[in-house]
Amino acid sequence: MANRIFQFLIIFILWLLLTWSLTVQEIIVGVVVALLLSILLSDVFVRGGGKFVQPARYFWFLVYLPLFFYYVFRANFDVAYRVLHPEMPIRPGIVKVRTTLKSDMAKAFLANSITLTPGTLTVDIVGDHLYVHWINIVTEDPQEETEVIVRKFEGYLRRIFE
Amino acid sequence: MSEIIGIVVISMGVAFDLFGCIGLVRLPDIYNRLQGATKCVTLGTCLILLGVLIHSGGAMGAKALLCAIFILLTSPTGAHALARGAHKSGVKLWEGSVMDKYADDKEGELDR
Repeated sequence: MANRIFQFLIIFILWLLLTWSLTVQEIIVGVVVALLLSILLSDVFVRGGGKFVQPARYFWFLVYLPLFFYYVFRANFDVAYRVLHPEMPIRPGIVKVRTTLKSDMAKAFLANSITLTPGTLTVDIVGDHLYVHWINIVTEDPQEETEVIVRKFEGYLRRIFE
Repeated sequence: MSEIIGIVVISMGVAFDLFGCIGLVRLPDIYNRLQGATKCVTLGTCLILLGVLIHSGGAMGAKALLCAIFILLTSPTGAHALARGAHKSGVKLWEGSVMDKYADDKEGELDR
């Protein structure tokens, strides 16, 4: 039940932002659409709706955002440097790293964060292992690779999603 | 004032998009090209949308911000799907690549 309520709220707020009007007919249609979608899709969309009411998670999400954008900007300058450099200093390959995160949501966000941060692209997730394409491999020791790629996000994502 | 800031942010976004496209042309294989394409084009497009938010505000700004959030969520997911699909259908890594643990593990599974 909590899942459905939170899904309804998310869809309804999205609807309000997209239509950007508070006229009665827009709100009625929005309520109907949000209700329908939350009844039909509650099994496939959000799990663990109760987590949405724990304020600590939002706090850690706000801490995580600046860190995330810092790495996104660094990633862009990194790619720009490699692309514009006449000799293209790349040393690519696919490495295997291990994550301690358990929930699907946290893993999905970890994979997306890895893809948007410097030089790495998640190729696949199998159980606890992520296969990551790395444009410039600096070490061949799996332990160190995990340290470099995964650790900077794991702590925050665990506090947000688990 | 907000108009000037908006235009500056949009220009930055266009520049990053340009770097991403240069990467798409210059880098050697699909995996490296996806790196350039996802990182630069995601941030570039988000900056353009952020510029629209600063420039216009109001209804258009809210929609631009929503689009930026959707792109941030979907672009890496799409890149992940493309890379995985390419690897599964047998696209080889560039010959200068150092290692491919994914292919190694897949061969190990086939042996068993």
